Amino acid sequence: MTVKTEAVGKEWPATTYEVSKEKIGEYARVIGLDNPVHLDREAARAAGYRDVVAPPMFCVVYSAPALGPAMFDPEVGMNFAAMVHGSQEFEWGEPACSGDEITTSAKCLEIFEKDGKGFYVFETRSVNQDGAEVVKGTWTNIVRGV
Amino acid sequence: MADLNVGDTIPGLRVTPDKYLPHRYAGASGDFNPIHIDPEFAKAVGLPNTILHGLYMMGLVARAATDVADGDPRKLKRLSVQFRGMGAPETEIAVTGTVNSVADGRVIIDTVAAQGDNQTIRNAEAEIQL
Repeated sequence: MTVKTEAVGKEWPATTYEVSKEKIGEYARVIGLDNPVHLDREAARAAGYRDVVAPPMFCVVYSAPALGPAMFDPEVGMNFAAMVHGSQEFEWGEPACSGDEITTSAKCLEIFEKDGKGFYVFETRSVNQDGAEVVKGTWTNIVRGV
Repeated sequence: MADLNVGDTIPGLRVTPDKYLPHRYAGASGDFNPIHIDPEFAKAVGLPNTILHGLYMMGLVARAATDVADGDPRKLKRLSVQFRGMGAPETEIAVTGTVNSVADGRVIIDTVAAQGDNQTIRNAEAEIQL
């Protein structure tokens, strides 16, 4: 069996997520982040942010929903039973703050086979309400025994 | 921010996620994959028990990297990781790192997250703006 590659280059409809102070706080507490810029509006403003600022890795909260349809697309054809999240990269631009409306699009960058494993690489790009790029994500899933 | 030179180790961090941490991370992140929260499901698909979310551990790596820049979230510009071993709740995670390069106002830190000898995140590279 070999991997199907016709989904390479495919793009999926964008999703939009409105960032909120309480959701940022929930995420920050789980990770153990105690910088008040993530929790307190006044502290965030004093540090030069528009509002409470999201920790960088909060990007998974607003960008992952765009990836769901891509991962479940039959044209991609990933075997979930044998899939692991292999690697991940994020590059951050403009910080995400409470009140921001962030739109994320997803694209299939690569599908290839190596050492009997299938590699499925997706890219997400997230921009805020002003069109500034907030984060670019590269998500690599590995399927054993393709 | 502390003066950083190639070869310096970063303070890093040690965290022991409690039994219910994966539930709280699922709620915070929206990732309710049952391998992280349902022991019966996890065992049915061949895992020893529920496992930690890889992106939770990546969140800890990001925290350790950002701590180098006094916890200022604007300073973390890029983070790439490879997920390798599976992480378990109720076991201490140690995030460690070494400065790989300092150039053009950017510091690259090589980072690892491990539970004992089990490296759950390897070849992690964090780029911090000075």
